[in-house]
Amino acid sequence: MRVPVSWLLEHVDLSSQEGPELSADAVGEALIRVGLEVEDVVPVPTTTGPLVVGRVASIEELTEFKKPIRYCRVDVGPEHNEADGDHAGTRGIVCGATNFAEGDLVVVALPGVVLPGDFAIAARKTYGHVSDGMICALDELGLGDDHSGILVLPPGTADPGDDAAELLGLGDAVLDIAVTPDRGYCLSVRGLARELACALDAPYGDPAALGHGLPAEDGEAWPVRLDPASGCRRFVARRVTDLDPTAPSPWWMRRRLLLCGVRPISLAVDVTNYVMLELGQPMHAYDAATVTGDVVVRRAAADEKITTLDDAQRALDVDDVVVTDDSGPIGLAGVMGGASTEVGTGTSDVLLEAACWDAPSVARAARRHRLPSEAARRFEREVDPGVARAATDRAAWLLAHYGSATVTAGVTDEGGVPAPEPVVMALDLPDRVAGTRYERGAVVRRLNQIGCAVEVAAADPGDSGGAGLRAVPPTWRPDLTRPADLVEEVLRLEGYAGIPSELPAAQPGTGLTLGQRRRRQVSRALADAGYDEVLPSPFVAPAVFDAFGLDADDDRRNALRLANPLDADRSLMATTLLPGLLDAVVRNVSRGLRDLALYQVGQVVRPGPGDPPAAPVLPVDHRPNAAAIASVLEGLPAQPLRVGAVLAGAWERAGWWGPGRAADWADAIEAARLVGRVYGAELTVASDVHAPWHPGRCAALWFGDVLVGHAGELHPKVLEALGLPARTCAMEVELDRLPLAEDRPVPAVSSFPPVLLDVALVLDEAVPAATVVSALRDGGGDLVEDVRLFDVYAGPQVGEGKRSLAFALRLRAPDRTLTLEEASARRDAAVETASERVGARLR
Amino acid sequence: MSGTNDLYDPKQVAALDPETLDAARADASAAFAGAGTLEALTALKPAHLGDRSPVLTARREIGALPPQARSESGKRVNEVRVAIQTAYDERHEVLSAERDERMLAEEAVDVTLPGDRHPRGSRHPLTQLSERIADIFVAMGYEVAEGPEVESEWFNFDALNFLPDHPARTMQDTFHVEPAEARQVLRTHTSPVQIRALLERDLPVYVVCPGRTFRTDELDATHTPVFHQIEGLAIDKGLTMAHLKGTLDAFARAMFGEESTIRLRPSYFPFTEPSAEPDVWFPQKKGGAGWVEWGGCGMVDPNVLRACGVDPDVYSGFAFGMGLERTLMFRNGLPDMRDMVEGDVRFTSAFAVEP
Repeated sequence: MRVPVSWLLEHVDLSSQEGPELSADAVGEALIRVGLEVEDVVPVPTTTGPLVVGRVASIEELTEFKKPIRYCRVDVGPEHNEADGDHAGTRGIVCGATNFAEGDLVVVALPGVVLPGDFAIAARKTYGHVSDGMICALDELGLGDDHSGILVLPPGTADPGDDAAELLGLGDAVLDIAVTPDRGYCLSVRGLARELACALDAPYGDPAALGHGLPAEDGEAWPVRLDPASGCRRFVARRVTDLDPTAPSPWWMRRRLLLCGVRPISLAVDVTNYVMLELGQPMHAYDAATVTGDVVVRRAAADEKITTLDDAQRALDVDDVVVTDDSGPIGLAGVMGGASTEVGTGTSDVLLEAACWDAPSVARAARRHRLPSEAARRFEREVDPGVARAATDRAAWLLAHYGSATVTAGVTDEGGVPAPEPVVMALDLPDRVAGTRYERGAVVRRLNQIGCAVEVAAADPGDSGGAGLRAVPPTWRPDLTRPADLVEEVLRLEGYAGIPSELPAAQPGTGLTLGQRRRRQVSRALADAGYDEVLPSPFVAPAVFDAFGLDADDDRRNALRLANPLDADRSLMATTLLPGLLDAVVRNVSRGLRDLALYQVGQVVRPGPGDPPAAPVLPVDHRPNAAAIASVLEGLPAQPLRVGAVLAGAWERAGWWGPGRAADWADAIEAARLVGRVYGAELTVASDVHAPWHPGRCAALWFGDVLVGHAGELHPKVLEALGLPARTCAMEVELDRLPLAEDRPVPAVSSFPPVLLDVALVLDEAVPAATVVSALRDGGGDLVEDVRLFDVYAGPQVGEGKRSLAFALRLRAPDRTLTLEEASARRDAAVETASERVGARLR
Repeated sequence: MSGTNDLYDPKQVAALDPETLDAARADASAAFAGAGTLEALTALKPAHLGDRSPVLTARREIGALPPQARSESGKRVNEVRVAIQTAYDERHEVLSAERDERMLAEEAVDVTLPGDRHPRGSRHPLTQLSERIADIFVAMGYEVAEGPEVESEWFNFDALNFLPDHPARTMQDTFHVEPAEARQVLRTHTSPVQIRALLERDLPVYVVCPGRTFRTDELDATHTPVFHQIEGLAIDKGLTMAHLKGTLDAFARAMFGEESTIRLRPSYFPFTEPSAEPDVWFPQKKGGAGWVEWGGCGMVDPNVLRACGVDPDVYSGFAFGMGLERTLMFRNGLPDMRDMVEGDVRFTSAFAVEP
């Protein structure tokens, strides 16, 4: 909410305050101290030089130009008028606006004035006349951004020659305050001024307590019935007749509205807005002549419609609360009035409404109809049910005073003001929550300050045996229902700065879990191995699964769908980390970075088949039972933790040492195996066909009989579809499928010398190397300490469809020096097993 | 070859002549000194120290001398042989040193040539920051708690005292999941992990919860729809707001140095009462030491404790949370949040791997 400082200070008595006059910044800081979020303090800009009130004496329309131009003679007071000549008693000013007439009061900047924005005014010749000053528009004066015409002051506001700067209140400042949802009462001058008074410990004058000397109440203003199902708590109406519909709003009111960011429209509308800003009570004015029959407040019927003030026809929901007359709905309660009963230029008979609506109903209606109006904003944060009568009286008085209207004696006041429930609290609870001791009497004083009626009882109602208090909160504080709520009031008004700083005693924690440590290790291992971590967004487009070449029934197409994605195309939650990583590759390549090794550790979302079940609504006033909690948890999709990596360009750079080496499928598989090793798991590699990988260059990675991921080069068609560099490689491993066991190795380190033997085997080229390695290990038995593939050869010497694999075997015995004969026998056994299993023969 | 006998043949023992031996020594010294390379020196060795060299020939002749003369001659021959060997060794040492020096000089390289055949990678600064903060709290005895990103509304809102239809709920700019009846959202904060921790763990609970969170904010310099928070929760007997302040002060000092401090401003969150927003003062702030808004905190609302089956008359506690992107921005003086999201390797690699 925006509010001028001068308006707040009108209700705070600073006469007993010591020190210099309170600056706008100091007011802002005081409000911040008690919990208001003052986002900005905007000074109303000052002007220098002679800014005066003028009266337009004559207007000459200059028609020879492309746009309408007026040459005006303006009476700017004897001090500034031309003293003699044909035009004595006025000044000549050229003006491009047309929203004023002879006799109107305007604001004139005379030569020598510097307007906000360093806009210096000087006499100059233009459109064939000397323009000896400027008639000002609102924005030129720094009062808002309205440049639709010049500012016309209401008649009688001032006399020609009067100082306009003072009239405009230039030098004031506007506070821009973000009001938290628990403090609806602060969406008003009444509430903010109270907070300011509390913050400054100064006396406060409640604007709702002003009497207006209206006619004594007699009878009903209008017959009104409240259907209990409407949830309407109170409905106050008062009628004003014989309003002069042409009467303008007084300047002071328009100025305040402008500074609050509300556009002045007409007296009746301005008054309702003004009272809302002042007292926090949204008001509605009906043209009483158009209201037919009794007013009934109820929920809307199915198929009912209303045309609202914004001229939109809206189909009503049965949850909407409506104000109706014989014609049907004439207002969407708490949100917006109806067009059929709108106050217009000819309205002289006004029915004023100040109601207190059910907050959730208004919130739902405003959301449903996408009408976040000022009224709805206040009602959904709760409006003081106690202020409705004061608000109608205030509005009626303003209309009577400025619009020559007659306030009728009838007052309708349906519903009522529910008495707030008292809150009982131990007197020392604020001390115990804050961890300090407040001075005697502070608690009661602070609660009184916010409007609570407080009684102190000698004995605590609880079991601590200390003194207690009973506080009846004011009607504008529906948020005060529990001792904790009162505690917060005391603490914030006494000041958080007074709360000491005390570190609790250290707890015996157990540190990171094994899973947490492993995850960090994976990230670290990949970074150490040359990968850069990225954090791509998990939002993906369904089209990416087509680009990946996934089958129609591939599980990865079964993605969680967002109801309100930011980008309609990217409405799915990623089921794999690859789309995000590949996006990052594309972005980097587009920025000229071609040698890439990227990784991400993150959750993916893998919903089960079909929609999740409707969730039960669990209680919040006690712990739900285990079955209820389980039913909610089971409805959530699986969200396994994964690591993904992508590689493009060179793995080893070209340089003075040589040509470098492109990243290839083997690097991707090695990255996956590295991840496995972090978990102490030696992953086995098997060839696989799995989109989006290249069918001949894709490895499935297994831990025992658990498939943990895939790695290899991506399919050329996928690369083409996604605009990725040729030979881009990738791996993805599900960390949740890797074993979590503490490493407790017991290595047996033999000090006897090894025997090193090489074997070259010729095999069908389709036989995976990994299979041969395990065959050699199995055949060689426990004396085989290491098997390492050191050469792969394919060519005429080994024959079509064959290849030769050369292995270095290291054999060693734990308890003796191995003889060459013994080692050779083991090697032969290893080769024999490889021969049996995969048809290997010695080359 | 001559054998050992007692006969004396002057001709045969000419090699033992002292003058001959001295000449052999002088020849050898001169020859070795003239050798310019190790190879040349090695080539000279047979002529002066080999089997047919004068000194070895002389030694063989000793046998031809009468026994009484052998001792003196043997001594003389040996002296000469040692002298020649020494001359050789000394020359060898000199030439070896020269050769080594030459070789090392020849092998010199331009050590300023780049060696980054395959540079080390880097971890994202947000990950590193998150771990750093978690570690600070782990050192205070906290444990790290986690939860899923797609979360039930009961955990994300209901149990955290967000009333239905209350503006506090709509203010969170929530991503909703289809279908609506499933009551699932992308968690808007890490606070649902508070609820999970209280339901799963025994009291007292001291946890810190880092994680990825989501709100429907368009990406710009200071907003991103996918962001990260870290949250702390302490529930124990007798915890006060002074403890909250002390914890945040300790946290600020660990993050920003001993001079750093925290102040609290009253605020509102549905799940804390009283609520506050911390500001941190730290000396390294961009543009000079000063205050920066740093998340939200407060004493856990009794309604939250009740929803988790914790008796608010016995237990109390505090919670706090902050955005990691924002923390990184003001800690490092980074101007644009988009760099953290877009995955440009130049951004990440600047942060390398923190120890």
